[in-house]
Parts: sequence; C-alpha cells; structure tokens
Amino acid sequence: MNSKNFLTDSQLPFCKGCGHALVAKNTEKALQKLNVDPLDVVLVTDIGCHGIVDKSFLTHTVHGLHGRSSALAAGIAAGLNNPGKKVIVFTGDGGATIGMQHLIGGAHLGFDMTVVVHNNMLYGMTGGQPSEFTPCGFKTPTLPEGSSKEGYDICELMVAAGASYVERVIGIGDYSDSLAKAFSSSGFSLVEVMEICPSYGVKSNPGIKLSQVVENAGWNVKVFADGKGHSFKKPLKENTESLISEKLEIKPKYQSEIKKPVSILISGSAGEGVQSAAEFLAKAGILSGLNTTKKGSYPVTVGVGFSASDVILSPKPILFTGSTNPDILVITSADGLNFARNTAAKMTSGKLYIDDSLDVPETGAQVIRVPFREKLGARTSSLYAVFYIVHHEKLFPIDAMKEVFLSNKISKKVSIESLLQF
Amino acid sequence: MHDNKKNLAFIDGSRLITEALVRAGADTFVGYPITPANLLYLYATKRFPTMLAAPDEITTLQWMSGFAISGHVPVTATSFPGYALMVESIGMAAMMELPMVIILVQRLGPATGTATRGAQGDLNVVFGTMSGGYSLPTFSISNYHDCWEVSAKAVHTAIELRTPVVLLTSKEMVMTQQSFDWSDLPEIAPKKVKQFEGEGQYFPYKADESLVSDFLPVSQNKHQVRITASTHDTRGILQNSTPEAINNTKRLEEKVNKHLDSYTLYDFDEQEGAETLVVSWDISSLASREAVVELRNKGKMVSLLIAKTLLPIPKVYIDIIQRYKKVVVVEENLKGQFRQLLFGAAGREGVTGVNGIAKMINPSEIVEEVMRYE
Repeated sequence: MNSKNFLTDSQLPFCKGCGHALVAKNTEKALQKLNVDPLDVVLVTDIGCHGIVDKSFLTHTVHGLHGRSSALAAGIAAGLNNPGKKVIVFTGDGGATIGMQHLIGGAHLGFDMTVVVHNNMLYGMTGGQPSEFTPCGFKTPTLPEGSSKEGYDICELMVAAGASYVERVIGIGDYSDSLAKAFSSSGFSLVEVMEICPSYGVKSNPGIKLSQVVENAGWNVKVFADGKGHSFKKPLKENTESLISEKLEIKPKYQSEIKKPVSILISGSAGEGVQSAAEFLAKAGILSGLNTTKKGSYPVTVGVGFSASDVILSPKPILFTGSTNPDILVITSADGLNFARNTAAKMTSGKLYIDDSLDVPETGAQVIRVPFREKLGARTSSLYAVFYIVHHEKLFPIDAMKEVFLSNKISKKVSIESLLQF
Repeated sequence: MHDNKKNLAFIDGSRLITEALVRAGADTFVGYPITPANLLYLYATKRFPTMLAAPDEITTLQWMSGFAISGHVPVTATSFPGYALMVESIGMAAMMELPMVIILVQRLGPATGTATRGAQGDLNVVFGTMSGGYSLPTFSISNYHDCWEVSAKAVHTAIELRTPVVLLTSKEMVMTQQSFDWSDLPEIAPKKVKQFEGEGQYFPYKADESLVSDFLPVSQNKHQVRITASTHDTRGILQNSTPEAINNTKRLEEKVNKHLDSYTLYDFDEQEGAETLVVSWDISSLASREAVVELRNKGKMVSLLIAKTLLPIPKVYIDIIQRYKKVVVVEENLKGQFRQLLFGAAGREGVTGVNGIAKMINPSEIVEEVMRYE
C-alpha cells in the first residue's frame, strides 16, 4: 500500500453525513492499496452533488454532462488503450438513469473502466425528486406519498450486459476492498454504493435505516459478477491505403463526337441495376474523353420502389451537376414511369425511350418504345437500355461500354453479346 | 476533352473528404450511420487508423471527446437528426476546448424529412448550437476541390484553435459521382495539437496572446490535467462566476474570432463595373458558377462570391457585399438563412434571394432573378 495522496487537504464539498464523502475516501484508500500513481488515474464525474468532488482529487479529472460521464469515460479508456491507466466514473442514480444506454453499452463492449454509482435514490442537487432508482415506498420531498414502483436493479442489468465485475455495497464504513477489486478488474466494472441523502432522504423518511431500505427493495448486497467479462481493444490499422490512387484511374482511349452536354435520366426500379447501369454509362463516357456526372435518386428503402439516375456527358467541364430537363429520358419500369412522369410532361424536345410494356406518358419528346424488360429480363433492363441508347444516339463508341462492362464482375453473369443485340 | 496525362477517376465527394481529413491529421472516426452521410462512414472504415461504430449520436460525441482528451483528433459525419442529438455535447467539447470535426451532411427537413433529398437548411442550427451564441468555426464545400482543401482546413483549424469545427455539406456533394482529375490537388501537411512543454504547474486553460491554451492529454503522468464543461478558471476548477472564470468563457469566443482571417476561405470572382453580386455557399455554388458564366455570355456584368467559411461571418464578406447595389443570395432553403445572417431580418434594398427546397436550384432560376430588374 502506498502513502500517496489522491485527495487534497481541503474539506470535501458535501453536506454533513452525506455518503459521497465516504466514496471519495474509500476510492483514495483503494487506489493506495493498488499502489497506483495519481496521474495514472482519470476521474470522470457526472453532474450532481457527487460531481463537484473533482477539485478535491489529485488525479486527472474530467467533468462533463449529466448522464454522459460513462460514455465520455469510455472514449477516454478507448483512446488511452492502456490497461495501466485507471479510468473511474463517479455518477449518481440520476446520471445513471439518463446514461443507462451508456452503462449497458459500456458493459457490453467491455471498456476498461469502473463506474461508481452513488445511489441515494433521489436527485439531491435539484431538490429531492425521485429517480428511476427510487424504491417502492421511499419518500422524497416531491413524492411525499412514496414511490409506487420498484427502482432499477443496476447490478442485475450490468451482469446481463456482460460487465466483468459488479458489486453492491452499503456506503458505510470501509468498503475500499470492493472498490480495489473493481479498479483492478480488466474490462468494465461497476460498484453501486447505497446511500441516503441527509438533506432529503433522511428528512422525508424519518427514522429509516439504509440497510432496511435496501433489504425491503429486494436489492442483494453482494458481488454479482467477478471476472467473466471481456476487455475492449481499440481497433488500430497501421498505414491504411489512400482512397485516391491509380487503381481508380480511367485513361481515355476512345473519342466521342458529341459537341455539347447531353443530359440523360434513367428511371426504373430498385433492384434492377439502374445505378450500376448509370455508372457504366458515366465511366464509359470518361473512357471516351468526356466529362461526366452521375446523381442518384431513390426512396429511403433500399430494395423497393423507384430508382433513378441523372447522367451528364459533356465535352466541356461540368459546373452544375443537378437535373434539368433531360435530353434523353429512359424509363424501364412502372416505378420509373411514376417517378419520371412529371419530367416527361415538361419535355418539349429530346427523346423518351420507354419499355414497350408501359403506357406512354404525356410528353413533347420523341417517343421510342423498346422491349427493355423482355429482352434480357427485368434485372438487366437498365443495363440493356444504356447499351441501347449509346448505340442509337451515337454518344461514344460502343467499345467503351463493352470495356467498362467486361471489367465488372457482372460480366460473368450477363453475356456481352446479349447486350449488343439492337 | 481530357488530356491523357491527368489522373482521371470517377469518384464522389465523400472519398475526397475522407482522404483529406486523414492526411490533415485526423486519426479517429466515430460514427452512427445516417443517410446521406453513409459514404463518409463507409470510407472511414477503410481509411481511418481507428474507426468506432457508436450506438447513437450522443455517444458518438462523448466518445469523440474522450478520444480528444486522450490526445487524438476525432471526426464524425451526421445529418440533422443526429446533429440535433449532438448539440449539448458539442457545447461541452467547445467548453473543454477539444479539437474535433463534425461533418453535417444536409438533407431535406424538417425532422426526418426526406433522407435522400439534399438541402441547405441547417446553417441556423449550427449558428445556434451553443448557449450564449458562441461561435463554432463552420466551413462549407462548394465543389470537389473544396472536398479536399476545405476538409483539410477544417481539421487544421480544429487542431490549431482547440475547438470543435463543423463542416457543412449536402447530399448531392457527398454522393454525386463525377469525373475528376486529382493531379492538381495540393499536398496536405498533417498537423498535431500543440502540447505544453513547461516544467512548472500546468494550467489547462491558461492562454498567451494567441488565446489558445496549450494542451496535455491525460495519457501522460507528468502534469495533472483538469478538464471541465462547467464555467471554470485557468486551472480547470469549476467556478460560479468569478472574474477569472467569466474571462475564460469570453476567451472562447475571442479565440475563434481572433484567428478568423487565418481560416477565412472564399472565392471572389469580381467583374469590374458590375453592380450585381451573386452570393452562394455549398451545393448551390455549382448552379451559381454556371449562372454567372451564362449571364456574362449574355453581356450582363455580374460578380460572384462563394462563401466557404460560413461562421463566424468574415468581415471581408460584409466589405464585398456593401460595394454592390444588387445582391442575390442563392441557397437551397426556404427563408434564406445565409442571407438573414448577412443582412438581418430588416434586409436591405436591392437584396433578394433565390431559394427552394426538395430540388437543386437551377442556373436558369439565378439568371432569371439577376435579370428581373433589367
């Protein structure tokens, strides 16, 4: 046991008789027993009476938001990634209520830290309101008739979540061995210290004994878990590969004859390859010396409903990548028709390529009906459509499309010959 | 047509942003998935040395703060619903003076709105993030080059000023793919947080004339570190309202304003003799640039200001807009959020906006507004 001080000589900032002072003193004693250096300890405090203790500690101290101390400490523990450091959280029952997900998540992931819950069964700093930990029958200034519900059993919750060490103690006398056990456990540990607030708990429940309250609530005072947990390891990748590399390069080798920008809207159904087809079209455009953009539109559902993609092909740099009235509108399905109906109606020129199974919408564009869906099936209809319009509109050499297609794994499932049947 | 010597690729803005963040010195990505920030999350899993999947956005900001306290430079990417949850924690990180970057990918609101439609509706939210109206350095991206340079500047600013920084972008900037030549992208030098190297007592919040205090992570055990989100003195000790503590709080605002010139980024394309100025930011800059080309081709004299540093508002923007009789502010929201920040509720004669929601503003709308009084 070392004799290093973890607390300053100044008086602890708590009401007379408050158990919070004992938590601080028992914490110091536990750390002395473990022979830890004060600056190998990071104390993270929550909001509440207990949280103003940080100025009394000689460790590193971090004081954050109400209920968030366990998440903040988890970030510190993960960032340190050093089992030689002790990350300790002080929180009240109120903070534990707000931050319940952080506690469950911390135990589940096994962050290397210890949470000390100062459970005095009410909110002490704000006037004695009940918390979710307030046991049945316990009275507070704002609930003089007593709570009608059971309080959380945080220890059982932590065991279920996978904490490595969990214990409940009565916050009277020397319980430093319990804290030392928790501090020295690897992974996530929690000690619940039962207290009664001298300002509100005692006055609202005259003559009450802490041990009796705990017993009446059915809360066992014991070690709930010891050593079965796991310890979080920070994921660390050394020398990750640049996202901008020659692997992405497309070297133009074909020539396009288009003299001005061409805007193409492909409108079909999710799951029918609209976005992939548009990407092939755009990449083949680059291969043919053009500037290209591709903008996708779809509902929030991934595999159902419409899927549309705007592609611009231009011999000049493209400033605006948004949709205007397309020069070419391609509709391959009923979903696509519903999505693009208004666009078709606004077209006063250009071309509408539409699957021949669909009704032709109102439009000023020249209409060309093509059996996109029948030719190679619904799932390949958009891909066939882009081959079709590249060929018929002479946007660039069809060899550019072939090259992009053959470099993709889809070429193992769909034959290039079938896409070239116009 | 393209020159064969260039490094051409077909890429999206998210790829450039992620690469730039890492090269600039960010080493940790903490994320909770939300559309349309998904690609940033995806690329982060491949590129960041450390990437953690958080269970929600409050946890995200708290973990990030913990990483920053440990000496890391964290980043996240979210959209309005996530940012709303992060607000209290961003204020905490600003008060603690922790470097981090929050990328806010704007989408159509209010509330959950439409996740797969872009927007520019969150500037007011960012402006009002912190109680007391304290400023968060806030950038926006106007094109693919900005994905690279402005993202790097966001990281550097966070590190240099020890503050959270917001990088505003939008769905179409981070998800649209386009042909892009990366051969002329400048090198990005990594930056590190300046650390205290003295021998005496360390004061976590004591600053010199730069107003930026030296940092020490809690990973070292030479000096005690105290970090707090509550009003505090230079030692990091909670105070009610002592003059020292209040001065420290004022310093947070003074700090980001003192260095504003060093992170003011904008494009000003001035046409001599023009009496009309088009002002834009983020995704509407694309249409604004095209509209200005079209207007000049029609013989209309017009200048263009693209704001990349949005908050605090740089004085140079005020100097520029005061020189023009007619100012047209282009942004994809209903009320003209940037216009109101520049001109207030009273506005000014000759100031109008081109606004809209649920679709990208078209260059022709801007041309029409500029020509309206001709």
